Amino acid sequence: MQAKGRAFKYGSNVDTDVIIPARYLNTSDPAELAKHCMEDIDSEFVKEVRTGDLIVADKNFGCGSSREHAPMAIKAAGVSVVIASTFARIFYRNALNIGLPILECSEAVRGIEKGDVVEVDFTTGEISNATKGQIYQAEPFPEFMQELITAGGLIPYIRQKKAT
Amino acid sequence: MGMTMTQKILAAHAGHEEVKAGQLIMANLDLVLGNDITAPVAITEFEKIGVDGVFDRGKVAIVPDHFTPNKDIQAAEQCKVVRSFAQEKQIENYFEIGEMGIEHALLPEKGLVVPGDVVIGADSHTCTYGALGAFSTGIGSTDMAAGMATGQTWFKVPAAMQFRLTGTLQEWVSGKDVILHIIGRIGVDGALYRSMEFVGEGVSQLSMDDRFTIANMAIEAGAKNGIFPVDEQTVAYVKEHSYRDYTVYEADPDADYDTCHTIDLSAIRPTVSFPHLPDNTRTIDEVGDVTVDQVVIGSCTNGRIGDIRTAAAILKGRKVAKGVRLIVFPATQRIYLQALREGLVEALVEAGAAFSTPTCGPCLGGHMGILAKGERAVATTNRNFVGRMGHPESEVYLASPAVAAATAITGRITDPASVSG
Repeated sequence: MQAKGRAFKYGSNVDTDVIIPARYLNTSDPAELAKHCMEDIDSEFVKEVRTGDLIVADKNFGCGSSREHAPMAIKAAGVSVVIASTFARIFYRNALNIGLPILECSEAVRGIEKGDVVEVDFTTGEISNATKGQIYQAEPFPEFMQELITAGGLIPYIRQKKAT
Repeated sequence: MGMTMTQKILAAHAGHEEVKAGQLIMANLDLVLGNDITAPVAITEFEKIGVDGVFDRGKVAIVPDHFTPNKDIQAAEQCKVVRSFAQEKQIENYFEIGEMGIEHALLPEKGLVVPGDVVIGADSHTCTYGALGAFSTGIGSTDMAAGMATGQTWFKVPAAMQFRLTGTLQEWVSGKDVILHIIGRIGVDGALYRSMEFVGEGVSQLSMDDRFTIANMAIEAGAKNGIFPVDEQTVAYVKEHSYRDYTVYEADPDADYDTCHTIDLSAIRPTVSFPHLPDNTRTIDEVGDVTVDQVVIGSCTNGRIGDIRTAAAILKGRKVAKGVRLIVFPATQRIYLQALREGLVEALVEAGAAFSTPTCGPCLGGHMGILAKGERAVATTNRNFVGRMGHPESEVYLASPAVAAATAITGRITDPASVSG
C-alpha cells in the first residue's frame, strides 16, 4: 500500500473546526464536506488539492470535536495520508476507522515543506521526499491496521471478517 | 504497580484483574451516546454492519441537541433520520424537543450515568461524566455504530496525570476558572492520550456543577478522560437522580502517574482564554481593555443551575450594556424550569438577556447567536478556535458565568468582584 502526492503543510493544533467548520455539518455527504475542507485555515486548499496529495502538520492535529466529518472531508478531498508529529486522540481513531491513513513522524514534519513531492510506503513506514531527496522513517501500522485501512475502514473490515 | 482509578474501571469492564498503560483491551459499555450531528453518520455505518437491533435498547442514548430546534431544512432532515432510527430500534433514551437538553447535562440529570460506568459518546465532551467517577470518553460515529451493534469497544489503556487540589476557591471563582487555569498551565495537548485524575482535599470544596465543568474540558487539554473520586456529594447527586446500582472505584495508593501537579484552589483568579486556543489564558488582572459585542452563558460546560444562579445574582437589578447582546441558554428543560421557579429567568430578562430553549446552538457556530466578521464574544463555552462561533475573523473569549455576567453589564471583560455587591 502506497501513497504519492504533493504536500500541504500546516502548524500545530489544527482543529476540527478549521478542518470542517460546523456551519457545514448539516450534511454528512463526503463530497459536500470535501468542498469546504480546511476552509478556515487555508481557503486555497480545495482549489489546489489533487488526488493523492498529503497533509503534513505539527503537533495535536485534529484537536477539538469528535466529528468524523473531519477525516471524511480530508479523505473525500483526495488526500492520501496525513503525517503529523502527534494527533488528537479522537481524530486518530476516527481517521483509521474510516480508512484514512495517518502517520506520526516528527522528522518528516521537520523535513517536508509545502509543495514537496512525497511518497509513503505503509508496509514499511518509509516516507520519501522526492523533492529534497530525504527519507524519514515512521512506525509502520501493524498488519491488522493495514488490512483495516485497505478494507476502507472499521465497518467494511468487520464485514470482511464476518464473511470469511 | 497499582492501578489508577480509570485503569481499575477499565479492567473491571474488560474482565481483567489488572491492566497496564498502553495495553489494548476490549471493554463492555454501559452507555453509548450520539447527537443529531454524529448519529446520522453512525446510523449509516450501523446499517452496513448487518445486525437487527442495538445491543441493549436501554444502553443507547440519542439526544438531538446541536442544530435543534431544527435550524434549517438539512438539519431537520438529519434529525428526522435520528428520530426514525430511535423509533425503529426502540431506543429507550431518545429525548425529543420539550424533554431534551444538552446531552452532557441531560444524561447525569436523567440518572443514566453512575459511578464506575464506562461510557462512550460520539461527542468530544462525553468526558463530562468523569465528575461522577465514571470512565467516559468521546469517540467518532463509526465507533458509536460498532458500540451500538456490539456493546463493546476497544481502548488503549491510558497513562495518567494526577492533579491534587488543595485549598478553597475565592468568591466569584468557579470550576471554569480551575480548568482554564490548568489548561493554561499544561497546554491544549498537555494531557494527550492520558487520564486527568483529580484528587485531594480540595475536591470536597467543589460543587457537582464545578466538577462537571472541570471534567467537561479535559478534552481541551487533549485528555482521554477526566475523573473525580466519589465522595458524599457524588453519592447524594446519584441518589437524587438515579435508581441504578453503582460501583465506587478508587486509585491504588501506588498507582503510577506520568506527572503530579498541585493546584492551590485559593490562588486561582478568574481566568479568561483569549483567541484562538483554550490554553491562551490570562487572569482577569491581566486582561486589559477588551470590549465585546456578545455574551453567551450556557453550553454543556456552563449551562447548569449553579451557572444560571451566578449570572442572575450578578445581573439582578442591573442592565446589560447598550450595544451588547446577552444570550442565556439553560442546559436542560429541568434547569429551565428551576430557573423559572427561582425567579432567575425574570431577573435575567429584566436585565436585558435573551433567554433561550436548551441547544448547543452558538457554542459551535451552529445557530442562535452567530458572530459577524470582526465581532467579539465572551462565552462560558469550551472552545475559542478560529471561526468557532461564526465568521473566521470573529473572536471568542472563554470565561466563567460570573465573568460573563459582569462583562454583559460593562461591555468589556470585567472582574465580577468589581460589579458585585
